[in-house]
Amino acid sequence: MIVEFGHFALILALAVAVAQSVLPIAGSIRRDPALMAVAPRASVVQLLLVVIAFAALTYAYLVSDFSLLNVVENSHSQKPLIYKISGVWGNHEGSMLLWVLILALFGAAVALFGGNLPATLKANVLAVQGWISTAFLAFILTTSNPFLRLAKPPIEGQDLNPVLQDIGLAIHPPLLYLGYVGFSIAFAFAVAALIEGRIDAAWARWVRPWVLAAWIFLTAGIAMGSYWAYYELGWGGFWFWDPVENASLMPWLAGTALLHSAVVMEKREALKVWTVLLAILAFSLSLLGTFLVRSGVLTSVHAFATDPTRGVFILAILCLFIGGGLALFAFRAGSLSQGGLFAPVSREGALVLNNVFLTVAAGVVLFGTLVPLIVSAFGGAISVGAPYFNTVFGPLFGATLLVVPLGPLLAWKRGDLLGALQRLSVVFVLAALVALVVAWLNGATHLLAAVGLGVAVWVLVGAFAELWTRARFREAGLATGFRRLVGLPRSAYGTALAHAGLGVTLMGIVVTSAFQSETIVEMKPGETATVGAYAVTFDGIHSAAGPNYSEIVASMSVRRDGVLRFVAAPSRRLYTTRQMPTSEAGIHTHGLSQFYVTLGGEGRQLGAVVVRMWDKPLVTLIWLGALVMMAGGALSLADRRLRVGAPKPARRAAPTVAAD
Amino acid sequence: MTKAMTRKTRRLILIGTVGAVLAAAVGLVLYALSGEITLYRTPTEIAEQPPKEGQRLRIGGLVEAGSVVRGDAGRVDFKVTDTATALPVTYVGLLPDLFQEGQGVVAEGKLDPAGLFHADTVLAKHDERYMPKEVVDALKAQGVWEEGQPGGPMPPTAKN
Repeated sequence: MIVEFGHFALILALAVAVAQSVLPIAGSIRRDPALMAVAPRASVVQLLLVVIAFAALTYAYLVSDFSLLNVVENSHSQKPLIYKISGVWGNHEGSMLLWVLILALFGAAVALFGGNLPATLKANVLAVQGWISTAFLAFILTTSNPFLRLAKPPIEGQDLNPVLQDIGLAIHPPLLYLGYVGFSIAFAFAVAALIEGRIDAAWARWVRPWVLAAWIFLTAGIAMGSYWAYYELGWGGFWFWDPVENASLMPWLAGTALLHSAVVMEKREALKVWTVLLAILAFSLSLLGTFLVRSGVLTSVHAFATDPTRGVFILAILCLFIGGGLALFAFRAGSLSQGGLFAPVSREGALVLNNVFLTVAAGVVLFGTLVPLIVSAFGGAISVGAPYFNTVFGPLFGATLLVVPLGPLLAWKRGDLLGALQRLSVVFVLAALVALVVAWLNGATHLLAAVGLGVAVWVLVGAFAELWTRARFREAGLATGFRRLVGLPRSAYGTALAHAGLGVTLMGIVVTSAFQSETIVEMKPGETATVGAYAVTFDGIHSAAGPNYSEIVASMSVRRDGVLRFVAAPSRRLYTTRQMPTSEAGIHTHGLSQFYVTLGGEGRQLGAVVVRMWDKPLVTLIWLGALVMMAGGALSLADRRLRVGAPKPARRAAPTVAAD
Repeated sequence: MTKAMTRKTRRLILIGTVGAVLAAAVGLVLYALSGEITLYRTPTEIAEQPPKEGQRLRIGGLVEAGSVVRGDAGRVDFKVTDTATALPVTYVGLLPDLFQEGQGVVAEGKLDPAGLFHADTVLAKHDERYMPKEVVDALKAQGVWEEGQPGGPMPPTAKN
């Protein structure tokens, strides 16, 4: 009965979404406040209904209701509670329901917290949200209904794919979707602005918090997914340039560009048209990501069971929203007024350069991701893997990173490049020194690593140059300097932290890639092998049983400098229901580095096992950097300027950089 | 007059910058496409038309039953077959959990002059119901693809 309530609620949600799509727009055209007021109410009601539907499905999973096809296919009565819950979105139908839930959540959030929005803008924004909701609710109800009953329910379910039975995967999809779907708000604002044909600095101020929130979640989702792949798949890598990973990276790049161009628009009323286009692109790339993951058109290690009709439906949604958005843009962009002027060397100029680099980077990733599709349409068969992306994306993003510390040091309108470079001279010397020391210690073999580390230091330390400059310690002395430092707006700290996070991540990537040690050995009990700084003794194996799997666990004593540091327990599991083997890596973190071991099959000698081990120096920095970026985003989000709504156009925020 | 000039100059600088970055990107893409892409070939295609030396290849097929030989230090030799031709493959590393004789597999690497394929990547999927698309295509091309083969790895979900 509860399941039928959920199903019914979902159908009602579609009806509400249709109303929300049409009435507010009609209201804004006819200047009818009553019709426009439908929008916020409809979005709140829609959220409630989708929550009911989602709760009903969750309930079916919790009580293992095997009369539901979806539960049968993805759950098992013996599955631990947390994976019963995460199983709700560990499959196609449920994950689409989560998608719509988050969409409704964002819509309701705009309705509830958008009190300072002009009535017509709010009505139009929510109506556009309604279009997206309508499309995806119709998609779920017609092609991917999670509430389908079975005439003859089986006694037991088929269990969730074992690699998804992991805490990382329990939280990765919600985070990623919060990011993807968050860009729908930016899209809705952009379309609403195009419909009204009016856009100003206040628009950017309203949009920016949503973009920032979406960006924080997307960053978290990508980092989480990367860490999950690292420890769960047992390949020891953190990024595979898999189409689905690219699908999350592209919106991130576009979203990052949008964040920066929205700053220009907010402060200087420039780049309006471009910002609107970026808002459409960021969400388009999110939709494309959903399409790539859900349709299985590309061979990917992530794509699960696929169904062509769904692919076609999502493709139709994709064309409708991307095509419609871009067509509206082409039609109306001319009516948007031009913004303020600025010199090429200025804060705006630096942000434009940032945008150029980021969008081009997103473009080459898009090209590399889609080119196998294009080639296969002409009968060829190629695959584009890590070598392409490393060759193309590496230099482009590297160039972006080089200019990151410069941007914040340039003044608005007209900047002083020489002055900025002078202020960064200490940082430059430091970075060059690091690069030289690394090159000197490792010889010519690690030249790229030396350069990479130099760039990482340049970005990491250079990120704080703006704060340092604005505090003006040298002229004002320590006390005044500190007072100034504390008085700086949080967004300044946010910028510094987010940029520093990039440096941290880069440092992790460079050090791990260049200096990790790896070995594959066959070991008999009692034997010792070394990898990097570790001596590892294989003590033996034993069997164990989990709630829904049996496993063989190896115990390996890991010594560093002769001292026993920990006992690793890599295992090979066999999930009984699906008869599917998985390996669980044994990972030990010490400081910022990790020791990583996975268990292969049996060796050739009796009682021997094959193991693959890594010493991964500073590997955690890769994900810690993402945490730092997110902290930066959160600080920016907490900035007074965004919390205190009422926008005053072109208000000068805080003392500007002393450049003139 | 000067104002108009500066506006024009600024626009030129902007276009120049965008053009430069785009040109660099296109150059990088072309460079990468000339050397870094991986061609997909079936074992039969490789036998009929040997690829250029040094060309990265991606091969798909089934792991031939009884062909897996484990060597020292994680070296594994096996044969990938599309049921018409079998290609010997050597790989050093831990094979994916779902790697099994008779199951679908995708390997990436290079062919040596002796006709041995040195794989640096071996992929099986997350899902035991999965059959790599390339494998399905290869088997279809050989005319040996049957829906729901008995005991075979062909799941309904891998149909294309």
